[in-house]
Amino acid sequence: MKITEKDVAYVAGLARLALSPDELTDLTGKMDAMLGYVDKLNQLNTDGIVPTAHAVPMANAFRDDQVVASIGAAAALANAPLGVEDYFQVPRVIE
Amino acid sequence: MKTRYETVIGLEVHVQLTTATKIFCGCSTAFGQSPNSQTCPVCLGLPGALPVLNREVVNAAIKTGLATNCRIAPYSIFARKNYFYPDLPKGYQISQFELPICEHGWLDISGEEFDPKRVGITRIHMEEDAGKLLHGASAGSLVDLNRACTPLLEVVSEPDMRSAAEAIAYLKQLHQIVVYLGVCDGNLEEGSFRCDANVSVRPVGQVELGTRAELKNLNSFRFIKQAIDFEVERQIELIEEGGKVVQETRLFDPDAGVTRSMRGKEQAHDYRYFPDPDLLPLEVSQDWIDEVRAALPELPGQKRQRYEEDLGLPAYDAAVLAAERPVAEYFEALVAQHNHPKLCSNWVMGEVLAAVKEHDVTIASCPVTPALLAGILKRIEDNTISGKIAKTVFSAIWQSGKSADEVIAEKGLKQVSDSGALDALIDEVIAANPTEVTEYLGGKEKLMGFFVGQVMKASKGKANPGLVNKLLKERLQQKT
Repeated sequence: MKITEKDVAYVAGLARLALSPDELTDLTGKMDAMLGYVDKLNQLNTDGIVPTAHAVPMANAFRDDQVVASIGAAAALANAPLGVEDYFQVPRVIE
Repeated sequence: MKTRYETVIGLEVHVQLTTATKIFCGCSTAFGQSPNSQTCPVCLGLPGALPVLNREVVNAAIKTGLATNCRIAPYSIFARKNYFYPDLPKGYQISQFELPICEHGWLDISGEEFDPKRVGITRIHMEEDAGKLLHGASAGSLVDLNRACTPLLEVVSEPDMRSAAEAIAYLKQLHQIVVYLGVCDGNLEEGSFRCDANVSVRPVGQVELGTRAELKNLNSFRFIKQAIDFEVERQIELIEEGGKVVQETRLFDPDAGVTRSMRGKEQAHDYRYFPDPDLLPLEVSQDWIDEVRAALPELPGQKRQRYEEDLGLPAYDAAVLAAERPVAEYFEALVAQHNHPKLCSNWVMGEVLAAVKEHDVTIASCPVTPALLAGILKRIEDNTISGKIAKTVFSAIWQSGKSADEVIAEKGLKQVSDSGALDALIDEVIAANPTEVTEYLGGKEKLMGFFVGQVMKASKGKANPGLVNKLLKERLQQKT
């Protein structure tokens, strides 16, 4: 096993996932298997191949600097669990 | 022996661009609108919404890169910087990591407190801003996403500065450049030009860098200097007492003049950058770069040099006039109409800037236009009015918008250079001050100033002072 439960717990923390001990064990095995598959790709000789930043062989999609109507605060907040006046409200982030 | 320390400063500046719309969507970037009124699925981070790059942001990045001597990358890509915070709706910020648009630039700085030096610019990259958080009286924090997705350039310097004075000189120069280019409004208080300072100290002679603290909340040049000076002293004291500097973010508290650790909420930074699959790579051709370069305005450094070398102005004048583009433009328009650069410089730096400040208007909207001011200067140089009367004319033009010649005629301000008219005044003054005349003739020659003053007063300031001097001398000599 290359991946440990500690690695999975760290990644889960970054992704804000709360995992039970059973899930942690289960996911550790699964992540290890996934990375094993990626290892297989590493066996390919990629010398002299430019790293790919995008799968589509295109560049330079632009828009002009022209204002387009916004959707407005009411629509923006329509799906928000909590709002105060025209603001989104979230749990307090500083004391 | 006491250890001597060297300060090492690197700066990260966030330059908010003046484009009409956001970097990846068509929402307006206007400041001060009602909360969340300038949002759309892209900047709200709604699922499925796709970002499209604003071409003007790329133009601004190329301009800034060229003006700071950077190499413009022919190929660059956007990346996702992943972290969670309520002001960042997508859970990642679109930025550039590997392959930024500009690299390897520099600025030359100089100042009274240090030797001229070159400060390296590591990179300039494009990115989106986050929204704004309000922590008011309510239980929660409030989020306004109008600012989310507004375009920023992040300008990262090398750790090349050795004092707060050098850091300020670098920042002021960068600030001048982006404002000159018109890519940024330069407002520090509103956060259009935001600076974070990485500060560390090391014993003189040590090669490796000390542990640095990142200083934030520096929204004026004065605060930046205070924060750096405080932080340097704090770190030296800490080391002297046997402690260790920890790598951390510290907020400057302007009221107390100290930096404070941002405890608690900060997590380990692990941004897991990866190329953003929603955005195509950016390719900038040499033609595009050449086109932008050809359209660059003359920059403050170039202007200063030209004012000194071609117009023969002192370095001080050149620096004041070139510091702000509207001032430089006013000055240049004036010189174009009255080719006497030093006289023009004196008037712009003196009367014009003082009046503009007093009336709280911009120099571009100064009612005494360069053409009207040129009219005054012409009348000073042909001796129609004295420099002193010219100031009265300036004020009158400010009020009325009339030409210098009209004002001079209406108010009868034409200098009296007619010796007949002056002779009469001189005779009066001599007759009225017999004691002074006797003293003058007895050798008290500095009384000449007194006589000239009396004649000027009698003429209500309109007498030609040079002529008065000459005539008085002649007349008094006749008395001996």
